[in-house]
Amino acid sequence: MNIKMDRTETGLLLALPLLILIAFVLPKWVVNYVQVSLGTGLVALGVMIQMRAGLVSFGQGLYFCVGGYAAGMLAKFLGISDLFLLLAAGILAALIVAGIAGFLLRRYREIFFAMLTLAISMILFGLLSSTEELGSTDGFNLPSATYLGWAPEGETGRLTLYTFTALVVVVCAILLNRFLKSPVGYINEAIRENEVRVEYLGTSAHHAVHITYVLAAVVSSIGGVLWALALGHVDPEMTNWTTSGQFVFISILSGTGNIAAPLIGTFLLEILRVYAVEISPNTWQMILGSVMLLTILYLPKGLWSLLTTRKSTKPSDDSADKISVGD
Amino acid sequence: MKTKYSLMASAALSALVGTSAFAPAVQADDATFKIGVVTFLSGGASGPFGIPGRNAAEVVIEAINAGTMPAPYDTAGIGGAMIEQVVIDENSKQKVADYQKLVDKDEVDAVVGYASSGSCKAIAPEAEKLKQLTVFAICGTPQIFEEIVTEPEYLFRSMSHATMDNVGAARYVLDTTPELKTIGGINQNYAWGQDSWRDFSETIAALKSSVEVDSEQFPKIFAGQYGSEISALLSAKVDVVHSSFWGGDLEAMIIQGAGRGLFDRSQMVLTSSDTAIPRLGAQIPNGTIIGARGFNGPYAPDTELANWFEQAYFDRFGVAPVSPSYQMAQSIMALKAAADKAQSSDPDAIRAALAGLTFESASGEVSMSLSDGHQAATGIAYGTYEFDASTGKGSVKNVRSYAAGCVNPPVGVTSGEWIKGGFDGATCE
Repeated sequence: MNIKMDRTETGLLLALPLLILIAFVLPKWVVNYVQVSLGTGLVALGVMIQMRAGLVSFGQGLYFCVGGYAAGMLAKFLGISDLFLLLAAGILAALIVAGIAGFLLRRYREIFFAMLTLAISMILFGLLSSTEELGSTDGFNLPSATYLGWAPEGETGRLTLYTFTALVVVVCAILLNRFLKSPVGYINEAIRENEVRVEYLGTSAHHAVHITYVLAAVVSSIGGVLWALALGHVDPEMTNWTTSGQFVFISILSGTGNIAAPLIGTFLLEILRVYAVEISPNTWQMILGSVMLLTILYLPKGLWSLLTTRKSTKPSDDSADKISVGD
Repeated sequence: MKTKYSLMASAALSALVGTSAFAPAVQADDATFKIGVVTFLSGGASGPFGIPGRNAAEVVIEAINAGTMPAPYDTAGIGGAMIEQVVIDENSKQKVADYQKLVDKDEVDAVVGYASSGSCKAIAPEAEKLKQLTVFAICGTPQIFEEIVTEPEYLFRSMSHATMDNVGAARYVLDTTPELKTIGGINQNYAWGQDSWRDFSETIAALKSSVEVDSEQFPKIFAGQYGSEISALLSAKVDVVHSSFWGGDLEAMIIQGAGRGLFDRSQMVLTSSDTAIPRLGAQIPNGTIIGARGFNGPYAPDTELANWFEQAYFDRFGVAPVSPSYQMAQSIMALKAAADKAQSSDPDAIRAALAGLTFESASGEVSMSLSDGHQAATGIAYGTYEFDASTGKGSVKNVRSYAAGCVNPPVGVTSGEWIKGGFDGATCE
């Protein structure tokens, strides 16, 4: 892996100061939506890197929830509120769960993979919903984050958490972009095209899928920690299939063409929902559904394809533009 | 590629700038009082809770603006200001961000609503942090002021928490079934069901230790089919079966349980079942103990205000109001009463006036007596169902009321401690 940055990475690095700047420029409520979108956007990223290998995870909410609950339980039972320790706890929990579940899941593809991920996430949903110590379906609250002993409050606390969230998300996105350009990243695309040939060429598809699955779990878990800290509350709804379904939807809507697509797509969808509720509080789902339907009909490769269609005459460096789900 | 980003960024930015430009300058107009109403407009809780709540908010807000409510609320507006409402859907994954949007973008003067305890737990610290006058209308968990916000300044709850429902139900059962030996329960396996059953069974245990628990059923929420649970309860042959089911689950359980004779074999206690009366009518077996989470619905008092509310709601929507309607109405009347007392539409003045206030609602007198005057304590009534075939309407008889002090823990004691400790300081007639 070389150190040279590609254009996506340069773009992400340039976006970071902009992202932090908007916290001071835009109204607070918009910044809040940007912040929660960064958290859930990371989970959509996890879904997207698996889609690159042709795998659709319908249970990515599992790791979103594992991250949130790992951080929450550390805070609740041990009184730890340090952001870095909470992030570490989320990552460790995801590594353990995904490492074990990966041995099973790496053997399945297509609908079987989708259904199994869904099943595992719903097991956690059932367990958490019947655990009264963890507040059952009501969940429980998290304290405000501290940073190596520094405990900012009020406005400073809000801005600090936002800045760290932006920083962590951009770093994760850059690392994942590196991953997609790494040998395993390319093996994933080959697996999507023809797994048998991958094996004949002498590499292990199981191995590549396992690595991808664990990596997706870790970023989703980081997203869960950041989201839970922004919200100050976790509940089992995080691992419900409706939440997981939303992540898949975002990935399809935004397209798998670029690592930034799911992050931007998450935010746009969130703002769309806010205005749909404002315009028509009783039938906002209809507006959301219509937009989704129109996107799928007219932009089958996702919103990102709006930005790449102009170059369609020459072969794109992002071969993943050709992805469609389920092939 | 650079153009890609600038395009994407400028698109996103212009969308935001454009939208914020649309936001009208609300504060310039002093004559409006903006209320954010948060209620389930979609999802499983919208039918039984959300929509009746929204409807009640509409009826009451319009009447306040027109000045057509009966005394003591016969003056128009909130402290003279007309109410403008912003309704949002509680069924959202970003509840806190939605709340912040109400505060920050819509610049509401007060937020009322919230039915789910999960929402309330998440919103409670946020209300204090944002210094936003907020009145929870429904959510049941006692944890809000007992654990999450222990020194409330901006947050209120205008109804009693769920402890009252189950302590009241247990007292009613003991009062009406002197030879009670065994109890059983069928409750949904989530926070509300678990808490309800714990409060009920522990109250029975504390008040009559010889009673045994014979069957505890916890089917999944929204399961719809309760065949095996009903079989288990039938074979357990308990004297009383407690259930905190609501909505579609409740109706399914009544129909399936009544069909198999469960309601004949055991005395059923349904703590949150007034909503089923207009929908099921004759299908609810006579003699079933019906709860309405306070003096709501069939237990509403015979006052001018209560009768006006029932009639106004019926005239507008063609159905009788159910308990969530009364609860939502109560939260708005709380604001109105406090504003009238303060003679101001300033949220801070309303807040100061509301703490510790005793006011009248369509469910009788409410006193904000707990948690530094931020948590209401009301009484509750239970009775048995009676269907009148000639009018086609269901009603309740053998009604017994329990005063607030009899079914709510006193100041400074959490619900759990109070029940386990044998109800120290309870004042029952």
